[in-house]
Amino acid sequence: MTVLGRAGRTLRRTAWQALPTTIGIIVLCFFLLKMVPGDAADVIAAEAGSATAETMAALRARFGLDQPLLTQLLSYLDNLVHLRLGYSARFNMPVSDLILARLPNTLLLMLAAMIMALVVGILAGWVMAIFANRWPDRLLQVVVLIFYSTPGFWIGLMAIVLFSVKLGWLPANGNMTLGTDLTGFALLADRAQYLVLPSLALASFFIAVYARLTRASMLEVQRQDFMRTAAAKGLHPVTMQLHHALRNALIPVTTMAGLHLGNLLGGAVVIETVYGWPGMGRLALEAVTGRDFNVLLGVLLFSSLLVILANVAIDLLHAWLDPRIEVQ
Amino acid sequence: MMYPLLRVEDLTIGFPAATVVHEVSFEVFPGETMALVGESGCGKSITAFALMRLLPPGARILRGEVMFDGINLVTAAPRTLRDVRGRTLSLILQEPMTSLNPVLPIGMQIAEVMRRHEGIGKAAARRRSVELLELVGVTDAQRRYDDFPHHFSGGMRQRVMIAMAVACNPKLLIADEPTTALDVTIQAQVLDLLDSLRRQLGMAVLLITHDLGVVAQWADRVTVMYAGRVVEQAPVRPFFASPRHPYARGLLDASVGHDGEAHYTTRRLNEIPGSVASAAFEHGCPFAPRCPVRIDACRLSSPPLVALVPEHRVACIVTAGTEHVPAVG
Repeated sequence: MTVLGRAGRTLRRTAWQALPTTIGIIVLCFFLLKMVPGDAADVIAAEAGSATAETMAALRARFGLDQPLLTQLLSYLDNLVHLRLGYSARFNMPVSDLILARLPNTLLLMLAAMIMALVVGILAGWVMAIFANRWPDRLLQVVVLIFYSTPGFWIGLMAIVLFSVKLGWLPANGNMTLGTDLTGFALLADRAQYLVLPSLALASFFIAVYARLTRASMLEVQRQDFMRTAAAKGLHPVTMQLHHALRNALIPVTTMAGLHLGNLLGGAVVIETVYGWPGMGRLALEAVTGRDFNVLLGVLLFSSLLVILANVAIDLLHAWLDPRIEVQ
Repeated sequence: MMYPLLRVEDLTIGFPAATVVHEVSFEVFPGETMALVGESGCGKSITAFALMRLLPPGARILRGEVMFDGINLVTAAPRTLRDVRGRTLSLILQEPMTSLNPVLPIGMQIAEVMRRHEGIGKAAARRRSVELLELVGVTDAQRRYDDFPHHFSGGMRQRVMIAMAVACNPKLLIADEPTTALDVTIQAQVLDLLDSLRRQLGMAVLLITHDLGVVAQWADRVTVMYAGRVVEQAPVRPFFASPRHPYARGLLDASVGHDGEAHYTTRRLNEIPGSVASAAFEHGCPFAPRCPVRIDACRLSSPPLVALVPEHRVACIVTAGTEHVPAVG
């Protein structure tokens, strides 16, 4: 089976489930948001400090907020069918432009956090399994438990206090140094510097989950017959672990990672706020406080698409790890 | 006089709670098939794993010596041991469904052992693996090289295991109940294959089994274990003609065919009374509680293995006392 064929099949299968779900989410959120007191015109007027009834009415007319609720919903869905996400009252630009400007930042943060969670988690779990029930294992178990039980935003705040305020090693806010004209490696290094703390804060919980999972499944794999076969072939213990054990042990970890991608996106809202990271999560928060519902609905739509695509990627990774998984 | 390829002497294996294999001694000569027989839990598999130092966690070799090809495997350095494993001494496990790595192509798993020991390149290892697959009777080997274990049936997987085990032309192959998990028609095919490979490659086979039918058909010599001890050791013909240890006699009486007529007229299978003693049994002859010929002395100390005639040894003071006993050897 080719990789593309498999990806296509998974996409199709997911789309069947995802399309109605997404529309349902959009409609439900639309009504929920309309029940929230206030609209974009109120917020803009309040921020302006003064407004007359006429200007308010003009604002509402401009954004279509004076229409009946169902008309608003139908026109939103009509826009959606034509791949338009509407216009943001607050940012005064098309929602799609707004989201596309923020999307890469969120993707970068999610990807960095996921990779960090997987790499650090698997390494920690592996070390724990090798030293099972000896002091390195017990020490790491305590660290992992702390990561597991501490909220990410608090770890984020404490990391800012330590690494930014006290030590001054890493920047605390934003995603790049403003007003500089960096290129090439310097640009990358600058971006990476800003990425470290937010992705660590976002990844901390998942590091703990993957470390525990890897530890358990590595210990489980050691008892399997094929490990004895590998030893009977005269393989070096390191080869046995890398070549025979790790891949088998990773299968449950990738399953969990696939399920976690959605959680990661949710966590990003908080972490982006803590670190002033210009991503979709913070955009969603700004949209809520500004009653800018077009933007919020757009963010929700893109988030669900993102989760679907990420699941396809995980599915492919899974198929590569475990050849027994085949689509019937 | 041929020198033994493998000489196990006084091998004693313990788990933290108890000693499960007591002073086991036997030899395997070049090119022969030696069967290690006993019922479940008698320590035969543990003995086999101990020879390769592949004991499960917790189990330890407490005493004894395993001389293989001039090396004492009990005290050998890990590196020396790794050079022996898979090259001159190889292993086939009982359960073919789980003894191959499920996420790696089978060809690669065979090639791996040759690349490890013979330092040959990827292409050469692939070519040799395909030849080996053909040798063990896997059809369309060239294409099946890249297949995964779950694409094969149990019998085919065991053939793949055999290909892997004989890849480096070992001097001794340890087969731990290689056919227990297979159905009966496949059993015979796999054992025939093992036997023909033994002849072709000139290797010795240590066959661990609980099936006396298998022993009668494929083994040259037999060592019977009971509750962690060797109770009888003999070439196959004399053993089946006249087993000496009361346990071995009971086993043969209990099999249909040995006295088939009696069985079919009385419609009752003979059995050994009582239930099997724990391998951790410490005092006296472990078979004494079930033994039809026991005397009081049986309960005092565990009987030594003595030769009744050269090549035929038995650990039973009653048998040894009633027959002429030449010097031990």
